[in-house]
Amino acid sequence: MLEARNLKLWYGDFRALNGVSMSITPRAITAIIGPSGCGKSTLLRCFNRMNDLVEGSRVEGEILFEGQNIYGRRFDMTGLRKRVGMVFQRPNPFPLTVFDNVAYGPRIHGLASGDELRETVKKALQATLLWDELGDKLDAPALSLSAEQQQRLCISRLVAVAPDVLLMDEPCSALDPMATQNIEELMLELKKRYTIVIVTHNMQQAARVSDFTGFMLLGDLVEFGETQQVFTAPRDRRTEEYITGRYG
Amino acid sequence: MRLPPRFVHVAMLGALWTVTLVAVAALIGIVGWVLAKGLPSVTPGFLFSMPQASGAEGGIASVIAGTLFIILGAVAIATPLGVGTAIYLVEYTRESWVTRVIRYGADCLAGIPSIIFGLFGYVFFVITLGFRWSILSGSLTLALMSLPTIIRTAEVALRSVPQGYREVSYALGSTRWQMVWRVVLPGALPGIVTGIVLAIGRSMSETAAVIFTAGTVLPDGIPHSLGASSRTLAVHFYLLATEGDPETQHTAFATAAFLVLAILVINVSAYTAMHRFLARFR
Repeated sequence: MLEARNLKLWYGDFRALNGVSMSITPRAITAIIGPSGCGKSTLLRCFNRMNDLVEGSRVEGEILFEGQNIYGRRFDMTGLRKRVGMVFQRPNPFPLTVFDNVAYGPRIHGLASGDELRETVKKALQATLLWDELGDKLDAPALSLSAEQQQRLCISRLVAVAPDVLLMDEPCSALDPMATQNIEELMLELKKRYTIVIVTHNMQQAARVSDFTGFMLLGDLVEFGETQQVFTAPRDRRTEEYITGRYG
Repeated sequence: MRLPPRFVHVAMLGALWTVTLVAVAALIGIVGWVLAKGLPSVTPGFLFSMPQASGAEGGIASVIAGTLFIILGAVAIATPLGVGTAIYLVEYTRESWVTRVIRYGADCLAGIPSIIFGLFGYVFFVITLGFRWSILSGSLTLALMSLPTIIRTAEVALRSVPQGYREVSYALGSTRWQMVWRVVLPGALPGIVTGIVLAIGRSMSETAAVIFTAGTVLPDGIPHSLGASSRTLAVHFYLLATEGDPETQHTAFATAAFLVLAILVINVSAYTAMHRFLARFR
C-alpha cells in the first residue's frame, strides 16, 4: 500500500534520513520507534509530504502509494493528503465549533453538504466514540474540550475525509495515562478500517498496539519486522540495547 | 552614597503614579473640555438639519453624510488592498528582498505627513485623473493614507495565527487559499479589524489630506454622488474654528464634540462586536 524505497532526506546540509526502505501493511498498525532526533517523525512526514513545508528540505528516493511515486512529478498533492491523513503530537483543533472542525475536510473537498454533511460528521464522531459525549454539543467551541476529547476530535476530523492511511505523530504524548489508554483502544478499533502508521517514543505503546515495528537510529532504519519478533528476538544488537533501555 | 532600597522603591512608586496621573489627566482634560464646550449644542436638531449661514447656524447633517461617504469609500478601497497585501506577504511568499522592500515602503508611507498625501491626491486624483474636488478623490487619498496601518496590523495579525493550524489544514488536503480563507483569516480577524478601526479613526480626524482632495465646499444637502464635493466633520470644525467669529464657536465645538463621540462609539462598538465574535469559539 505504502512503500518507501531508499528514501533520503536533507534539511539543508543535515542528512536526516539515510536511505530508508520499508513497506507498510494495509489495515495494520506499524509503529516507528527510536530515540529523539532519530528521524522517525521526519520519515512519517514523508508519507504525506508534510516536509515540503520545511524550507530547505530535499528528498531523494521514492515513496510508492498504490504503485505511484508520490515524489514523482505532477503528483496530485491535495489528493494525496486527503487519502493519507495525519494526527499531530499536540491536539490541534481549529478555534471553531466541534461541528465545523469535523466538517472542515468534507467542506474543502466538496464531499458533502446539508443533511449529508451532518451524517458524515456524526459517523466521524462515532468512529472515535465521541458521539455519545458530544452529539448534543456540536456547537460547543472545540477548544473547550478536554485534551483527550480534542485529540479524538482531531482523529474524527481526519476520518471525515475518508482517508486510507492515518499517520499519527506521537498522538498521546500530550495526554495523561488514562487518555492514552483510551486512544490506544481507539487505534485498535480504527485498524479494522484504516492503515495506521504511528511514531512513538513510548516503547510499551508500540509493543501494546502495533503489528509491525521499525526501530530507527540516527536516520537509519536499523530493524523492521513483526512487533513480536522485534521486541522478543531483535536481530540487531542496537535494537536490543534500545528496547532493554540501555540508551535512548 | 547608596540610597536605601526601600526609599527608592517608595520614591519610584510615587514618581510613576505622578507621571501616569499627568498623562491620564491630560487625556481626560482635553476630551472633557471639548465635550463640556460642545456637547450642550449637540441636539437632534443640530445633527439632523442642514447647515445655514456658512455653518454658523443650522446643523451638520450634510457634513455627517459627506464624512460618512468619504470614510466608507476609503475603507472599501483600503481594506482589500491592505489585507490582500498582508496575505501575500505572510502566506504566499517567503522572506526576500521583495518583502523587505514592500514592508519598508509601507513603514515609510506611514511616516509621511498627511499634507503630503493631500498634495499628491490633489495633483494625481483631482487634476491628472480629473476627479476634481470630490468624495471620490477624498476617499482615494485617505485610502492611500490608511494603507500602511492596515497592511502592518493585518500582517501582525496573520503571523500571530499558530503555524499548527496551517499544517493541519494542509494535512487535510486543503489548497493554500482554502487554508487562508477558512483558517487563517478568521483567526486573524480581530487584529485586522483593529487595524481598520484605527485607520477609520485617523481618517475621520484628518484635515490636511481631505481639504486638498474633497474640498471645503459646505454641501447644503446630502451629497448624492461620488463626484460631489464635500467637507468632513474635521474640516468643518477647522474652518469654523479659524474664523475667529464668536458666533461660529458654538457650532465649531458642537461639531468637535460630535466627532469625538463618533470615534469613541466606533471604537467601542467594533471591540464589543469582536469580543462577541470570539466568544463563540473560545
